[in-house]
Amino acid sequence: MRVSMDIELKDIPGQLLLALNPISELKGNLISVVHHHEKRTPRGTIPVQLVFEIDHEKLNTIISRFEDSGVGVVRAGEERFLEHGAIIMIGHIIHTDIQDTIDKIDSTGFAEVIDLSLSMPRIEKPSSALLKIDAVGKKEMNDAMSLLKTVAKEKDLLVIEPIDTELM
Amino acid sequence: MKTIRASIIGFGAVGQGVAEVLLQKDENLKNIGLDIKVVAVADSKGAAIDPNGVDLSKVLIKKRTEGTVGSEKLTGLEVITNIDHELVIETTPTDIDTGGVGLPNMLAAFEHGRDVVTSNKGPLALKYRELAEIAKENGSNFKFEATVGGAMPIINLIRDVLAGNDIISIEGILNGTCNYILTRMMEEQASYEQMLAESQELGIAETDPTYDVEGIDAACKLVILANSIFDMDATYKNVDVTGITKITPESLMLAQDDGFVVKLIGEVKKDLIRVGPRLVPVGHPLAVGGTLNVASVQTDLAGTVTITGRGAGSIETASAIISDVISIYR
Repeated sequence: MRVSMDIELKDIPGQLLLALNPISELKGNLISVVHHHEKRTPRGTIPVQLVFEIDHEKLNTIISRFEDSGVGVVRAGEERFLEHGAIIMIGHIIHTDIQDTIDKIDSTGFAEVIDLSLSMPRIEKPSSALLKIDAVGKKEMNDAMSLLKTVAKEKDLLVIEPIDTELM
Repeated sequence: MKTIRASIIGFGAVGQGVAEVLLQKDENLKNIGLDIKVVAVADSKGAAIDPNGVDLSKVLIKKRTEGTVGSEKLTGLEVITNIDHELVIETTPTDIDTGGVGLPNMLAAFEHGRDVVTSNKGPLALKYRELAEIAKENGSNFKFEATVGGAMPIINLIRDVLAGNDIISIEGILNGTCNYILTRMMEEQASYEQMLAESQELGIAETDPTYDVEGIDAACKLVILANSIFDMDATYKNVDVTGITKITPESLMLAQDDGFVVKLIGEVKKDLIRVGPRLVPVGHPLAVGGTLNVASVQTDLAGTVTITGRGAGSIETASAIISDVISIYR
């Protein structure tokens, strides 16, 4: 998951390294570091904003390592959903229990259906739906799409997923 | 001047297109030192044979007025086996279940040391490896640009122009009929059935459209790419295929509201060959309309290269065939 964190460093040499080392040692991926040297806090510390990706279970370790080394953690927030996707389903969407279809995604814990547009032309005619899905990362989005395809197959629904635009 | 004795086996739209292009481009070919002398033309009913060169304009007229190319009672296979020539232009109809007459034709051509240029997908989608091996054993050239994407160059683009690149994936629209139907459904907010009927009226879809609309044609083309570019040993039965028949106009409107078009996309990469309807962002290079074909080739060195062009039509397909012929003998 991606974490954004505000920390405060003492204004003595070597402090930034104290903050960055635990992230790299725990195999985190540092995305940005903004060092506000000009904006000293009333406590005389220097505010720094970090954004990094790290496995969920390692976040608390990082925070305690910071605190042990005297790096103040002012705020740690998780940017939960990084990936936004859309997918179309065609078929008897309502009658094959749409609640269950959505629950299958929502119950993964890593992806959620956040929007649903539905078009039902006539009774007996297949319906069409566009689902918007948020997921915590690319891999999770792919997993959610695969899960949705499996569910759709069981329910005889046609799924139209986006092309992979990553390499373009 | 190099004289190449050739046969045209199969004289439907593509075979006739080849004959027309050979007539039209005779001078251009001679300017680059090639004299393509067609010594035999065969269709399903008969053959026209002349060791000094068949008069292609006469054969074209005869085919259009009498429904066959000539009175000689020789099959294509007999022409290939018995008449001395270097190049077989194989343009018989695609049969995806058995390979049709194309398969024995190509095998016989290689056994007699002849080169083959073809537009016929069936044999390649079923027995690519066998054909490629026999061609190699006999020192024959085997070229088939016309089998994928019509006039749109893809196989030769990858093999020649992009030589040295590792190919990561190829994805694109490889069936013009499906592209036309989907494009029109979106434009008119009309049903699949209505737009299929329109494309049948315009001659874009066949009377029996199964082969196109169920994604089989696109799957065959992908298999040819998988085998010839990715060195797989696949047949079209290995392809995960979904066609366009269940697509509703409502789904296209929903896609459009969210900035997408729906296209039948074929995709081949290591361990994956699939055809199915996919959401393509509006403005993306793959979002071409009408009957156009398009392919994006992802490479390690050159990045992504995208080509688009006419995927069908007799002259367009003949263009790919002539280009293959020239590349062999130039």
